[in-house]
Amino acid sequence: MHTTHAENEANYLKYKGKYKGLLGWILSTDHKRIGLLYLYSIGTMFIVGALLGLAMKFELLAPGKTIMNAQTYNATFTVHGVIMIFMIVVPGLPAVFGNFLMPIMIGAKDVAFPKLNLLSWYLYVAGVFLVLSALLFGSGTPDTGWTFYAPYSFKTGTNLLPAVFGAFVLGFSSILTGLNFLVTIHRLRCPGLKWTKLPLFVWTLYGTAWIQLLATPVVGITLVLIALERVFGVGIFDPALGGDPILYQHLFWIYSHPAVYIMILPAMGAISEIIPTFSQKHVFGYKAIIASTMAIAFVGWLVWGHHMYTAGMSGTAQYYFSLLTFIVAIPSAIKVFNWISTMYKGSINIQTPFYWAVSFIFVFMIGGLSGLVLGALSTNVYVHDTAFVVGHFHYIVFGGTGFSFFAAIHYWFPKIFGRMYDKAWANIGWLVFFIGFLALYTPMFYLGLMGMPRRYYDYLEEFHGGNILSTFGSWILATGLIIIITNLVRSARKGPKAESNPWHGKTLEWAVPSPPPLENFDEIPVIAEDDGPYNYK
Amino acid sequence: MSEEKHHIVSYKFYVIILLVLLALTFSSVEITSIELGKYTVAGALLFAVVKSYLVLTYFMHLKFDKPYIKIMVGFVFAVFVVTIVITLLDYLYR
Repeated sequence: MHTTHAENEANYLKYKGKYKGLLGWILSTDHKRIGLLYLYSIGTMFIVGALLGLAMKFELLAPGKTIMNAQTYNATFTVHGVIMIFMIVVPGLPAVFGNFLMPIMIGAKDVAFPKLNLLSWYLYVAGVFLVLSALLFGSGTPDTGWTFYAPYSFKTGTNLLPAVFGAFVLGFSSILTGLNFLVTIHRLRCPGLKWTKLPLFVWTLYGTAWIQLLATPVVGITLVLIALERVFGVGIFDPALGGDPILYQHLFWIYSHPAVYIMILPAMGAISEIIPTFSQKHVFGYKAIIASTMAIAFVGWLVWGHHMYTAGMSGTAQYYFSLLTFIVAIPSAIKVFNWISTMYKGSINIQTPFYWAVSFIFVFMIGGLSGLVLGALSTNVYVHDTAFVVGHFHYIVFGGTGFSFFAAIHYWFPKIFGRMYDKAWANIGWLVFFIGFLALYTPMFYLGLMGMPRRYYDYLEEFHGGNILSTFGSWILATGLIIIITNLVRSARKGPKAESNPWHGKTLEWAVPSPPPLENFDEIPVIAEDDGPYNYK
Repeated sequence: MSEEKHHIVSYKFYVIILLVLLALTFSSVEITSIELGKYTVAGALLFAVVKSYLVLTYFMHLKFDKPYIKIMVGFVFAVFVVTIVITLLDYLYR
């Protein structure tokens, strides 16, 4: 592989351009700086969302009112959901690691539209402030849940419009990022980097970008319709005016189910990078992983109705959605098979990112298999809207995207900051977090099967034991989170300097210095015929 | 990219397409004055399809683009059709 480094050029962290200080960051169109802007803003909102989650778990420590009343609880789970979904897991991996790494991984100096990329971050920040304004001003914090279901969303007296508009603006940010990534991957790959030589993380970003581009406008227009319904009473979803509330659910989930794949595909991509590196072995079934990525992106689009089995949908549609839901499990299982096969007979180097990656597979499997319980019509009716759904959802979304995000930050940290973290503390943080995660979410499966409904601040005495364990789990998880974040923040400033390729990776980002220079490469690299992203000898 | 050939379309041609689009817009409004019964929506959609075709083909340059761009747009259209068909599985059989 022929690459040249810009050894003498200042790295992107130290580069001083036209503007200095804060302006040098918020006016920079460098994809790496924008990636870090996303990291800091998403990280900040994650802490807010996590604190709200902790408050909810504290409320559920005992039956009856513990620290908040029913209305406050409704508002808390709504804001927790809106923050975690629209501000963290949807933009998460693409906006942070996609922005930072994808152009380097394809041998480009930046994304195709750098100014549009910066505009995406501005829109993200604007969306965040709009949602937060719904909490601080007006007639009460929104209490609809993150799904904004009709008809309650246009009946509630709370300050819903800024939150809905904020989600709309956040969607715009997502669309622009998707568009930028699609064009970049099509047009800016370096010479010799064929589609069949693209790193798998880039492939998953490509699949994700399609979903961002096509699905997000659907929820955008749906949210606009909610606003029109609230303000003008146009009667699209309101049954009293001849509207159909189930139509809202169709439109909402046409986006929001593919959005789960916006979250999980890049997460799978990051895991697909980490496992070959720490196994020092060519990824098993490279083309099968690509095919399964695109199959998930496509089939995942068509299964939205499994959120609506009990909503009053036709039996024909229920049958169809259940069938396709089972089919989408196949490409996900292919990936798990490929990851495990990659490890088989590999030279496994057990480091913190590898711990995160294998624990990702563990929690993702549990989340996926519990998803089949929800995908099947008969069992879904039994556990619908119970704590079982909350357990499944968090195993997939937090277990999937969250574990992968932490795997990715520990994997690419030396590349991003040019420093290494304290590995012992990183491993302790992972272990505490992992134990806390299992203790927090596993009881929810049991509680749901026993009939505990979700979204209630109160519960029957028989559910007390499971809720105590779950709340203790949230405290353990929070302790792990504090260890991880403290270690990373401290190491970004004071950690020992990292080598350019500490894990012996083969993808292009490991061929440039750490941290990378401003324009990544002096000369665009050329990929030789026998080179590839996972060519471990 | 500089070595790629770009097709040049004259302003006159764009103006003609614009006028056709405006004519179709007025027609789609006028047709509502004719009683077509259950075909009213079908009529409006027909006008919309022709207008979309013109915009995609000429204003968005699909006519002059490489085949893979056309395939991508075709794929998006197919996804749209599939989405509508699946939604109708609920509405038609409820």
